[in-house]
Parts: sequence; C-alpha cells; structure tokens
Amino acid sequence: MKNMEMKSGFNWLKYASPKTFYPLAGKIIPWCVVSAAVLILYGLYIGLFVAPTDFQQGEGYRIIFVHVPAAWFSMFLYLLMALYAGLGLVLNARLSYMMASAIAPTGAMFTLVALVTGSLWGKPMWGAWWVWDARLTSELILLFLYIGYFSLQAAIDDKNRADKASAVLALVGAINVPIIYFSVKWWNTLHQGASVSLMKAPAMAAVMLKGMLVMAIGFWLYSIAVVLIRVRCEILERDSKAAMFRQD
Amino acid sequence: MQWHSVGEFLAMGGYAFYVWGSFGVTFLCMAIESWLLNKRRQRVTQAVKQEAF
Repeated sequence: MKNMEMKSGFNWLKYASPKTFYPLAGKIIPWCVVSAAVLILYGLYIGLFVAPTDFQQGEGYRIIFVHVPAAWFSMFLYLLMALYAGLGLVLNARLSYMMASAIAPTGAMFTLVALVTGSLWGKPMWGAWWVWDARLTSELILLFLYIGYFSLQAAIDDKNRADKASAVLALVGAINVPIIYFSVKWWNTLHQGASVSLMKAPAMAAVMLKGMLVMAIGFWLYSIAVVLIRVRCEILERDSKAAMFRQD
Repeated sequence: MQWHSVGEFLAMGGYAFYVWGSFGVTFLCMAIESWLLNKRRQRVTQAVKQEAF
C-alpha cells in the first residue's frame, strides 16, 4: 500500500476525505494568517501613505482600497460556494458541502462590508447613502442569498437534506453574480464602471491599482484562513456526532 | 509620502468620517468574524476532548 502511493506520486484524492483533509488544512492555516496580515498592512500602507490624492474625488477615493477588494470577494466567494455546493450534489461528497457552508459566512461578511463602505462612499460623492440602482440592488440581493443559504441550512434538521437543499439555492442564486458584475454595463447606473478590466488598460494610476491588488490578495489569504478554520470546526462537529451514533 | 502633518492625515481632506468609517467597518467586521470563529473553534475542540474521555 505504501509502495503504491509512492509510485503514483502525490495522491490528491486522498484529501477529498475529511479525515485526511483536517491535518492538511491545519498546516496551511498559519501560513495564510501570517501572509494575510503582512499583505493587508502593506496594502494599507500603499492606500493611505503612498497613493496620491485623486484629482476628482480628493482623499475620499481612498475608500476604494477596502471597497473594491471586499466587493470582489463578496462575488468570488459566492461563486466558490456555489461550485463546492454543485460538486457536493454531483459527487455526493461531504467535504464539498462542508466547504460550501464554511465559505458562506465569510462571503456574507464581505458583502456587508462592500455595501456599508459603498454607502459611506456614496454619501459624499453622490449625496445619497443609498440609491436603488442595478449595482447596489443586485449586491443587496447577494446578501439576501447568503442569508437564505444559512437560514435554509438551519431550518432543516436532517444535515444531508439541508446540504442538498441549500446547494440548490446556492446554484440558482449564482446567476446573480454576473448580473452584479455587468450591471454597470447593462443598465444606466450611478455606480462607476469596473475599476480593473482584462480587456482594457486600467482606468487608474499604477500605484492605486497596486494598492488595491495587494489588499485583494490579503483578503484572499484571510478568506482561505478563516474558511479552513471553519471547515475544521465543521468536520469535528459533524464527525463527532456521526461517531456518537456509530458507538453501538 | 502624501501628508505634511498627522492632523492633515487624520482629516483626509475633509472626508475623515467616510474614509475612516470605511476602513473601520471593514477591519471591525473581519475582527468580529475572527473572534466568533475562534470562540467556535474553542467550543468544538473542548467538546471533542470531553467526548474522547
């Protein structure tokens, strides 16, 4: 057995089981925590000290350094959650469902941050805390989708059925993510267009872009760390309960 | 370096409430999430330890 594993090299499938994934996650977490802290501090330094004043929005634009990365991760984490939920449905893999439910709270947190910082940016620039335009409304719907996902999981006692039902909700709701992303193109909105696009040169100074990207990678590592810690809790909770039932 | 004094830095060109509010909310939310998660982790590992004995 040992030899077979040696021959086939690194056995990825092994880590699809919660029991082997648990210690692997434990090894990754400290690295993510440290590098997230370093990158977020570096991003703050660029955003608050290095990046120049904006010629239109003065110092008010600095909100971009938290608002845009938070908004990106509100959407990206939703897609990742939906992907794991979908994998769970297709492969009937417990670890996938656990990952989906471990991602949801962090995604919801970044959605809330994107909405609140957006509101704090909207007030001085547009003169309103909130407008019912396409970008803001679809982002609010994203928050409701996350809340719906938690509520559905909490409402169904049978964990297996709860996983399946909430996975369907996560998948159906994923249609909202491209709507959020393209809302500024498809509809006339108050919200400005994409800050960074693969198709054209970024509409901002290189140092501003750098600050935003550094902060985004910091948020990414933060997300990996908290999701892995949460999935470890999830594994212990579910498997210790399962172990209790197996005892007879 | 953009700033000539600490006061100027804190004033953020008149946008202090909005800029510091945004940064504050962001890191407060992340701190609360980490704190709640840490409490959950402690509760779960405690429960598992008790189960083992």
